[in-house]
Amino acid sequence: MHELPQNLVNGLLLGATYGLIAVGYTIVYGIVQLINFAHGEIFMTGAFGALSVYLGLGSGTSMWIAIPLMLIGAIVTSTVIAVLTERLAYRPLRNAPRLAPLITAIGVSITLQQLVWGFYPSAKSPRVFPSLPGGPFHIGGVLIQSADIFVVVAAVISTLFLAYFVRSTRTGRAMQATAQDPDTAKLMGINTDRVIVIAFALGAGFAGIAGVAWGLRYGEIKFDMGFLTGLYAFTAAVLGGIGNIYGAMLGGLVLGLVQNLTAIYIADIPGMSQFSSQSWSSVWAFVILILVLMVRPQGLLGERVADRA
Amino acid sequence: MRNRSLLVLTAIAATGTLTLTACGSRASNSGSGGSGSGSTTVTIGVDAPLTGSLSALGIGIQNSVDLAVKTANKTNEVPGVTFKMEALDDKAAPQQGSLNATQLVGDSSVIGVVGPLNSGVALTMQKTFNNANLVEVSPANTNPALTQGPNWQTGTKARPFASYFRTATTDAIQGPFAAQFAYSTLGKKKVFLVDNKDAYGVGLVGTFKDEFTKLGGTVAGQDHVTSGASDFSSTVNAIKSSGADFVYFGGEYPDAAPLTKQLKAAGDNISVIGGDGNYDPTYVKLAGTAANGDYATSVGAPVESLPSAQTFVTNYKAGGYSQAYGAYGGYSYDSAWAIIEAVKAVVSANSGKLPSNPRQAVEKAMSNVNFSGVTGTVSFDQYGDATNKQLTVYGVKNGVWTTIKTGTFSG
Repeated sequence: MHELPQNLVNGLLLGATYGLIAVGYTIVYGIVQLINFAHGEIFMTGAFGALSVYLGLGSGTSMWIAIPLMLIGAIVTSTVIAVLTERLAYRPLRNAPRLAPLITAIGVSITLQQLVWGFYPSAKSPRVFPSLPGGPFHIGGVLIQSADIFVVVAAVISTLFLAYFVRSTRTGRAMQATAQDPDTAKLMGINTDRVIVIAFALGAGFAGIAGVAWGLRYGEIKFDMGFLTGLYAFTAAVLGGIGNIYGAMLGGLVLGLVQNLTAIYIADIPGMSQFSSQSWSSVWAFVILILVLMVRPQGLLGERVADRA
Repeated sequence: MRNRSLLVLTAIAATGTLTLTACGSRASNSGSGGSGSGSTTVTIGVDAPLTGSLSALGIGIQNSVDLAVKTANKTNEVPGVTFKMEALDDKAAPQQGSLNATQLVGDSSVIGVVGPLNSGVALTMQKTFNNANLVEVSPANTNPALTQGPNWQTGTKARPFASYFRTATTDAIQGPFAAQFAYSTLGKKKVFLVDNKDAYGVGLVGTFKDEFTKLGGTVAGQDHVTSGASDFSSTVNAIKSSGADFVYFGGEYPDAAPLTKQLKAAGDNISVIGGDGNYDPTYVKLAGTAANGDYATSVGAPVESLPSAQTFVTNYKAGGYSQAYGAYGGYSYDSAWAIIEAVKAVVSANSGKLPSNPRQAVEKAMSNVNFSGVTGTVSFDQYGDATNKQLTVYGVKNGVWTTIKTGTFSG
């Protein structure tokens, strides 16, 4: 059966990374109804931020010390860039028609890619990312790399933190209020501009963590890695129900599983072998997306939000 | 609700167009050459990926052509003619290549073009160049259909475009050469085929497969991957469960390196063999120790080992280029030099002056070009293919590409 457990694990790991990025799409969309297409590039800059920290540390540093510092480097880099893009590119267009910020987001995406390509040393070809020591581990016939454990731990902790933050802190509740009705929230004394910046920063922090996870898992990062990955993460956010943070995680996991399983098992259906390959897996991912949206237009965990426009 | 799904749709549509819109239109600024001191300036165009993940190869091509142009001007190779280089970036995208071709054709000072790197890009450029009788010499295209027509495999070879030439060997030779090496030299009998869906990768895997099965080998499985993807876990699993004893990869190193790395990390320690797209130092850098035991074939003999290439290597170093000349540097230099030789022939046939519309004459002169270049004797057969059909197998040993053997494929 082509090692089903291994494929399930691989799919879930890929999905967890998608989920971490998808959270950023979903938080920002929930609050300002903007699909931030530059978010994939925020993820990419996070990975490059982490790499810079690692290179700055020197080669003798233990990974146990390097990893937390790299995480901080990634989160700081992506957060700063996300907040800057919000301030410079999106805020001036806050009251413009919705298509304007969307196009701007695409422009920001291309700009960030080209900046990294042009100015980061040797980023014109993929850069080697450090790997975690130890592993691989055999657990019941499934091969687990040490970076995979990092992905699981990072995804679980991040999701729990986000759940706590949104539910139980004042800022989190302010975010919920702004998402439900920005005008009323403003009347209640909530500084919505600040909430929007926090939403961007929060999403960017998650993207930074995802960037480190991605680099550790695949051992290389490149300036254009955010484009395709960001597109899949956006798909995951829509699949899970855009605006819902748990939906983003669930959507990511489902998407990762679908991509990994269809790439292998479609071939077992008689007459379908030509539709089964790594490249066809994205097609199947979108087939599943369409099927889900036909039955549940709001996505898997999407909420019934009032139509505001 | 309706509003939201509409937004989602526009968003998807917008990203789709992203790949199509990233192209600026640069006004062509080069006139038809100064007539000040009786010297005509002609341009040799370059089309290669100067940005993107293949830019290391593309910039190597650009620099090598630049070196050829500078050398020709310094030695006054063609009396009365000054050469100049104009490089355009095709981003390895066929649609951008087509736009670049139109731009180069429109610039009347362009007398020949070196490029592109990718066979898939070349397919969109050939017709535009051919209509304008503008000579195009590729240092790197290996897809056989470019010179021998789409039905080359069934034996009906027909040259589709008279203006297209190449200094690189074709996959019709490279694939079978690799198959013989894997089957006879390495003794591997069971292959897993992977390609990246572009003209080069699919062509290479196809010719490899034909020869390998003819020799008696079996194909354990096949997968097609998306270029630029990072996660190859499904492919790796398919390879593992197929029980193949090696992988043949048709594509370029940015995809091959993570594939071999993830394959070895998953505990399947089998060789990945690829074509000239894999033969790059970056492959080893990216894959690390996982690259050890992998092989790649590449066109020609290794430039460093050729006595004819010593001057090129020295001059390139002296030229102060920040990027290495890469896998195609020698071929790019020879491609540019072939154009220069053709111009020289045209000028000397026209009593020492360049004719007012030299493109057609240069195209005719190309088929008679014969000189001793960086990579050996450079000349073209009736299809526009290089007559030099040497190939070399390289293997990764202790983290460096080392030459295994050089040879030609026959039969």
